[in-house]
Amino acid sequence: MIGQDATVPGAVGLARPCERAAAAVTEPAGKVLELQGLTKIYGSETVVDRFETRIQAGEFFSLLGPSGSGKTTTLMMVAGFASIDAGRLLVDGVDLAAVPPERRGFGMVFQNYAIFPHMDVFENVAFPLRARGMPKSLVRERVAAALDLVRLGHLSDRYARQLSGGQQQRVAIARAIVFQPPVVLMDEPLGALDKNLRYDLQVEIKEIQRRLGMTVLYVTHDQEEAMNLSDRVAIMSRGRVEQIGAPRDVYERPANAFTACFLGEANLLPGRIVTPGPGRVAFQLEDGAVLHADEAATLAAGGEGQLFVRPEKLTLHPSADPPREGVNRLSGTVRRASFLGSVVRYAVEMGSGAFVTADAPNVAAHHHPELGERVALAWSPADTVILPPDAA
Amino acid sequence: MGRDRTWLLLLPALGLLTLLFLAPLAWFLARTLFIETAPAEVPELFVDVLTARSMQVAALTTLWVSVLVTLATLVIGYPIAFYLANHRGWRAALVVFCVIVPYFTSVIVRTYALTVVLGRSGLINELLGASGLIGAPLALLYNTFGIVVGMTYVLLPYMVLTLYATMKAIDPSLLRAGRALGASPLYLFRRVYLPLSVPGIVSGSLIVLILALGFFITPALMGGPSDVTVAMLIERAVEILIDWPSAAVMSVVLLVATLILFAVYARVTDLRRMMGA
Repeated sequence: MIGQDATVPGAVGLARPCERAAAAVTEPAGKVLELQGLTKIYGSETVVDRFETRIQAGEFFSLLGPSGSGKTTTLMMVAGFASIDAGRLLVDGVDLAAVPPERRGFGMVFQNYAIFPHMDVFENVAFPLRARGMPKSLVRERVAAALDLVRLGHLSDRYARQLSGGQQQRVAIARAIVFQPPVVLMDEPLGALDKNLRYDLQVEIKEIQRRLGMTVLYVTHDQEEAMNLSDRVAIMSRGRVEQIGAPRDVYERPANAFTACFLGEANLLPGRIVTPGPGRVAFQLEDGAVLHADEAATLAAGGEGQLFVRPEKLTLHPSADPPREGVNRLSGTVRRASFLGSVVRYAVEMGSGAFVTADAPNVAAHHHPELGERVALAWSPADTVILPPDAA
Repeated sequence: MGRDRTWLLLLPALGLLTLLFLAPLAWFLARTLFIETAPAEVPELFVDVLTARSMQVAALTTLWVSVLVTLATLVIGYPIAFYLANHRGWRAALVVFCVIVPYFTSVIVRTYALTVVLGRSGLINELLGASGLIGAPLALLYNTFGIVVGMTYVLLPYMVLTLYATMKAIDPSLLRAGRALGASPLYLFRRVYLPLSVPGIVSGSLIVLILALGFFITPALMGGPSDVTVAMLIERAVEILIDWPSAAVMSVVLLVATLILFAVYARVTDLRRMMGA
């Protein structure tokens, strides 16, 4: 508990003791978390390279990336379990580098739940309160409230081994929020759960975070989870932050091919700029076709790049359909069709031999071509982004 | 597929155990208690042996020494096991080496080595005398203290290895979670680590206690005239008094006490497995 008045009784873990009556409803209880060039080096390897962002009070911020991208190490530096080799970590302006984990006052949830096996649910949730020396009556009240919040009030005398994975993780969440921490850190908390349960718990986590107003730093490798939960997402790769932004922005306007591919299916067609921006950019593919995009990274005429468009932005038409003005169009032959339930995913081979993926919603009104059929693919330049070429 | 026949693999071991342990024991007990003694006298013999003052004193001495040794191995072994469970590299390897190597050395050799250290003109008394800290040599040998030191030294590996196994199984993420949630290292130890290591404490203590109850060489070599354990009494009955029936009765008593403790040990170890610890 840093920079807060520890002498006020019952103020354990509260961001602003004097305002705590109002804090739950109006004021966000969270704190601002600033990562200033946070860096971690193991031997000759830079595991986290100058992570820079300012997470607002009450913001849900996710670190998204494949394993080994440095997201968990970043979280461990914030938690205090990994030392910070360069850069600063500020919470409401206070530097935390020298503060041990138990004094940072963050809530934390782990992938393997880390429920104490020798304590029942009540004692587990009471642990952070007892560790802070909170009086018994208040402990009872707070634990009951936290358990109600995760809908586990009826299981308070169970042990971890008597609970399902989802219940265990809800206990872990209750334990992480019971002392009303201003910041909660979550390290792949849903990674061990099956898909449906994962979605349910995402909804619960988001709801709790909204109600309590705490700042959440969330680590995941599941892009859907990150997009569903987060106000902002940082996409990491090999220790570097590739892009930070709102889920929709990073999904639709990726900064580079890595982000584009990591967040979902992406078509990336190499070529070069014919007419640079600002405004509508003309881009020529290697086979000569000229397409348009409303956005391009700062690429000059003649510069190499790749055209990016998501499969669901493409519509399939019979090749006999006349082209329309102001719409990108490519023709090809359908080589594969994958039925995915809500969409059918087609792999269309261009004249150049390159494949373009197009998703057609599974509705009768849509044109669903046969294998081997010639089709035209059309999409708007507004859905198109020209990305820089892949860095070697 | 048929029935599971893997139990056949145990036959050589069972054969050896029967031949070298069960058969002689059964023969010894049968002969002394049922052949050489009239069946009607057996209960009386038990009462005689059990009410004999020498036996009662020896039983108390044995129990007292065993409990002291168990506590000593626990107090010394817990920090060692803790260190081992939380460190790697050459230092931990060195500690393992120091703990394990005596394990491979004969108990007699180790006990004699200790007499060199603890004797009246042994290493410790010489050092203390030379430094002027003591006027006369301390009595470190041929008393209860000597026995406890010797047996603690011999039995320490059992305690350390049992504790180590339990501690190694404690999920480090629990400790990390505890710290992240605001527990000081001391609070964390008291409320999380120590309770989770209790199964190891119980198992280690029981195994040391079981072994200590039947110990013979170390008490015989390092104890004083008044430190007579049950095992020593049995040896005397056989070797000096040639009173085999009494020896048989005392053996049965010691064996039963050990088996009861072993049953407890097996129970506890099973419980541990059930709790997934």
